[in-house]
Amino acid sequence: MNERVARLRQQSVDAKPSISVERAELMTAFYQSDVPLRESVPVCRALAFQYLMENKTICINEGELIVGEKGTAPKATPTYPELCCHSMQDLQILNDREKTPFAASDEVRRIYREKIIPFWSGKTMREKIFRAMDPAWLNAYEAGMFTEFMEQRSPGHTVLDNKIYRKGMLDFKQDIQRSLDHLDFLNDPQAYAKQEELKAMLLCADAIIRFAERHAERARVLARQESNPRRKAELERIAEVCTHVPAHAPRDFWEALQYYWFVHLGVTTEMNPWDSFCPGRLDQHLYPFYTRGLDEGTLTREQAQELLQCFWIKFNNQPAPPKVGVTAAESGTYTDFAQINNGGLREDGADGVNEATFLILDVVEEMRLVQPSSSIQVSKKNPDRFIKRAARIIRTGFGQPSVFNTDLIVQELIRMGKSVADARNGGSSGCVEVGAFGKEAYILTGYFNLPKVLELTLNNGIDPRTGKRIGIETGDPERFGSFEQLFEAYRQQLNYLIDVKMRGNNIIERLYATYMPAPFLSILIDDCIARGQDYHDSGPRYNTNYIQGVGLGTITDALTALKYHVFDHKTFSMGQLLAALRANFEGHESLRQTLWQRTPKYGNDDDYADDVMRSVFEAYFQAVDDRPNTKGGRYRINLLPTTVHVYFGSVMGATPDGRKAGLPLSEGISPVQGADRQGPTAVLKSAAKMDHGRTGGTLLNMKFNPQVLEGEDGLENLKDLIRSYFRLDGHHIQFNVVDAETLRKAQARPEEYQNLIVRVAGYSDYFVDLGKDLQNEIIARTEQKAF
Amino acid sequence: MFFKGCPLRCQWCHNPESWKPLPEPGFRPSRCVRCGRCIEICPQNAVSLAETGPVTDPQKCTVCGECVTACAAGAREIIGRRTTAAEVMAEARKDVVFYDQSGGGVTFSGGEPLMQPEFLLALLETCRTEGIRTAVDTTCYATPEVIQRVAPVADLFLCDIKHMNRERHEEYTGVGNGRILENIAALARAAKEVIIRVPIVPGFNDDRANLEATARFVQGLKTVRRIDILPYNRGGLEKAGRLTGRIDLMQAQTPSDSTMNGIAEFLRGYGFEVKIGG
Repeated sequence: MNERVARLRQQSVDAKPSISVERAELMTAFYQSDVPLRESVPVCRALAFQYLMENKTICINEGELIVGEKGTAPKATPTYPELCCHSMQDLQILNDREKTPFAASDEVRRIYREKIIPFWSGKTMREKIFRAMDPAWLNAYEAGMFTEFMEQRSPGHTVLDNKIYRKGMLDFKQDIQRSLDHLDFLNDPQAYAKQEELKAMLLCADAIIRFAERHAERARVLARQESNPRRKAELERIAEVCTHVPAHAPRDFWEALQYYWFVHLGVTTEMNPWDSFCPGRLDQHLYPFYTRGLDEGTLTREQAQELLQCFWIKFNNQPAPPKVGVTAAESGTYTDFAQINNGGLREDGADGVNEATFLILDVVEEMRLVQPSSSIQVSKKNPDRFIKRAARIIRTGFGQPSVFNTDLIVQELIRMGKSVADARNGGSSGCVEVGAFGKEAYILTGYFNLPKVLELTLNNGIDPRTGKRIGIETGDPERFGSFEQLFEAYRQQLNYLIDVKMRGNNIIERLYATYMPAPFLSILIDDCIARGQDYHDSGPRYNTNYIQGVGLGTITDALTALKYHVFDHKTFSMGQLLAALRANFEGHESLRQTLWQRTPKYGNDDDYADDVMRSVFEAYFQAVDDRPNTKGGRYRINLLPTTVHVYFGSVMGATPDGRKAGLPLSEGISPVQGADRQGPTAVLKSAAKMDHGRTGGTLLNMKFNPQVLEGEDGLENLKDLIRSYFRLDGHHIQFNVVDAETLRKAQARPEEYQNLIVRVAGYSDYFVDLGKDLQNEIIARTEQKAF
Repeated sequence: MFFKGCPLRCQWCHNPESWKPLPEPGFRPSRCVRCGRCIEICPQNAVSLAETGPVTDPQKCTVCGECVTACAAGAREIIGRRTTAAEVMAEARKDVVFYDQSGGGVTFSGGEPLMQPEFLLALLETCRTEGIRTAVDTTCYATPEVIQRVAPVADLFLCDIKHMNRERHEEYTGVGNGRILENIAALARAAKEVIIRVPIVPGFNDDRANLEATARFVQGLKTVRRIDILPYNRGGLEKAGRLTGRIDLMQAQTPSDSTMNGIAEFLRGYGFEVKIGG
C-alpha cells in the first residue's frame, strides 16, 4: 500500500471509538418541532432524514479519496434515540468497559442528561416493543430463551444489488413519480398510504443528493485553501464526483465507490438497520467500471487498488453503534457487519470470478482490517486458483475471507421462492444468512436457545435457575419410558416457545411498519417503489424472517447422552442424572466424566449422535419453516450464534453432555468444544448430515495450526477440504489459525485449553498432553510459520 | 489405518505404540485426576500408586480394559484393538468424498502392515473392487513372497530407506537392510508406483555419504522418481512415555528447515522430485 493509504489505515486503526451526540441532538430538535404532528409518519421520517442530511457535520479527512463519515469524525459513532435511548448508566459503562470502550465525554453526557433522555423517555421503539409484549414473551426473554434483534435496532443489515451502478437518484425519482402518477384512489384503499410513502421516498432522494452536494461544497473550500497542487487537484476531483453521484449514475470506478458510500451513509444514518448495510457482490458491480477504465486508459490497476483501499478504510471507520442495557457491558466485540462477497455466479449462471475479484482479494490481504469483512462465494464452476488465492489469505490467520457454497445458496434461495436470476444475484451477508440482494427484507429476528428447551423439558416447563414457569407442562421426566417420549416432550416445548417468539415478532414487525418506516432504504430495495410500500411493510419483493437456532452441538450431545445412558444402556437412571445436573455435577464427577468421555458425540461422523442431530434439526425446521409473517413472507431457520452462545450458556444450568452450569454453549453448527476427536474430515461429515439446503444459513468454524496449511500442499489441502464439504452441500465454513500466542497461553493455563489439538508431525495430539520440550518446539515452529 | 506390530525397532521411531502386535494399555499422566479407581478395579492388582501416579505392571496386566472403563477422566486407554476387514472398510468408506475430491485414498501404515499380509490383502482387494485408491506405507521388511502378492494390488507403495549401511541399519533398527533393499527393488519392478521415504535423523543418516548412497540406489531402481524426506521429530519420545512397557528411544535434534532444504536440493541434483514431510 502506498504512503497515503498506510497513513489513512493507521489513523483508522488508531482512532478511538467515541459517542457522537450530533445525530441524537438533531433528531431530538426535529421531533420537538411541529412536523411529527403535521405530517404522515413516512413523510415525517423523510423530513427527519432530510434534516439530518442538511445539518450533520461534513467530514473530509486529510488525504482521503472516498469521503463521508457516519459521525463527525472517524469512529465518532452516532446514536439512535428514537429506536433506543442510552441511559446515563449505559454511557458510563460504554466509557469505562475494558473491551471496545466508547468514549462518552462530559459534554455528551450533559446533552444526554439535559436534552436527549428527558425527551425520548417512554417514546422509543424499544419501550414500545416491551410494552407490547405479553407475559409469556417477557418471561421467556428474561430467562434467556431467545433474544430479540429489534429491541435496540431496526430490521436490517440488508445488501444492495447493482441498481445504483446503473441509475442515479434522479432516475429513481422518475420511477417514484411514475408510481405516484399511477395511484388509483378510486379502487385501491391503500392509495393514500402509498402516496405518503412515495412522497417520503422523493424527499429522501433529494436529501441524499443534497448531502453529496454539501461534500462537494466542502471539497471546493478545501481545494481553495490547499497549497499542494496534487491534493488540490484531488479535492477538485472529489467535488466533481460528489456533484455527479448519487444524483446520476456513476461514470467510472471512483464514482461507483463514492456513490455506494453515500448510500451506505444514508441507510445507516436514516436508522440503525442492524448495524449495517453492504454492497454485496462488489466484484460483479465494479467489474464493468474496472475493465472500461483499463481499456480507456483512464484507470490503472494501482489506482483502482488505492481507491478500493480508501473505500475499505471508510468501513473500518464505522464501529457498530453501541448497545444499551445489559448488553452494553457484554457485547464489546460487535463490528459493523458488512460482508463483501467475491466470486460466485453471474446472473446467467456463468462463473462470476473476474479480474475485479482478484483485485479485491489483494486489497483484503493488504488492508487486513476487521471491517469490511470479506467472503468468497464458491461455485463448482469457479476455478481452483480462486479458492487457493483466498486460502493464502486464510492461512495468515486473519479469519477472512469466510467461505460459502454458492451452488447451495442458490438452491436455498430458490426453495424459499426466489427466481433463478434473483437467487444467482444473491449471496450471504452478516454472518452467514442468505438473501436476494437488493430485493429482499430478510430479517434476523433473534437467537433461539435450543439447549434451554431441553432444560425446560427436564424440569417440566420450569426454569431451574429462577423457578419460574417458562415452558408448558410436558410431564415428569423420570416417567418417560423411552427416548421417543422424551423427544416428543422436547418437541412440544419447542413448538410452544417458538409460538411465543413468533407472536412477539409479528407484533414488533407491525410496530416498525407503523412507527418507523425507512423511506430512504425503500428507494434501494425492489419493489418498494413499484408497490409504493415501505421496506418494513411488504415493499420488498421477498420478505423473510429468520429465527437463528443456537447450541446445536450442545443440544445434540445432551440428547444423545440421555438416549445412550438413560434409555439404551441404562448406565444410570434419569433420576440420577437429574440429581447430578441439579448439583452442577458436584459430588458426581465420575458421572460427568462418563457423560463427557464415554458418550457418542456429534462431530465424529458417528451416526448414533449424528442421527440425534438430524432429529433436532428436523424438529426445529418443522417448528419454524414456512409459517407466515405479517408482510406476506415466511419464517425460515438459520443456525448461527455470533457471540450469543456465551450469553445463552450463562443462563443455563449443567447439561447432560457433561457441560457445567454457566459455561458457553457450542457455537454455530460446530461440535461442542473438544468433543470432535476424529479430525476435521469427521467434523465436516457430521455437519453435512444436516440438510443445509433447507436453511437460510449455517455457520461452521474450524481451527487449524499453521503447519497443516504450509506450502502449496497446504493450499491444495484447504481447497480440497472446502470442495469436499461443498460436495456434501455444506453452506459455509471459516478457518481460524491457531497462533503461537494461543499456544503459550495453553502452556501456562492447561486447564483452559484441554481440547486444543495441534499437529505434532505426521499426526495430531492434544497440546496439553505434550511434554514441555515438545510444546516449546511446536510454539517455535508456529511462530516461524507465520506466513 | 495403522497396523499394530512392527519387526523393526528404530531408535527414533515416532510410533512406538505400534511396536507390539497386541493391544496394550496406555496412560496419559496429564489427564489423571488421581481418583484411584483404576487401582481399586484392576482384577489382577496390576495397578499400584507411585509418586508420579498410577503405574501398571505389564507382567500382571491382561489388557482386560476394566481400568479404562473405570477411568472417567479418559487418562487410560487400550492402544490397538482387534478388528475385522468389514469394520476397517466401513471406516475407509466414510472418507470417500474426500478421496474423490483430492485424488487421495486409504493409506495402510503402522507398525508394519506387511506383518499381517492376509488381512492387508483382503483390505486391498476390497478397496480395489470398490475403486478406492490405496497406499501401503512399509518398512519393506517382509518375505519376498508377501511382496510379490501385495505388489500388484495396491496403487502406491511408500517405502522407507533408513540407512544404506548394513551395520548402521542393524544397530539402529534391529535388522539389516539387505532384505529391505531387495524388496524395494522388487516393488520398483512390480508395483504401480513407489515413493521412497527417508527419515532424516541427525547423527544417524544425514551425512552426505549415506544420502549419496541412497540417491544412487534409488537411481538404480529406474522407475522411482520421487523421494520424500521426513524430518525427525520427538513425538515418539512423548508417546513412548505413555506406554506401560518401557521403551528407550534415542534423543536427536529436530533438523532445521535449512538442513532439510539442503538435503532436498542435494537429492534434486540427482533428478528426483523431492518433498519435505508428507
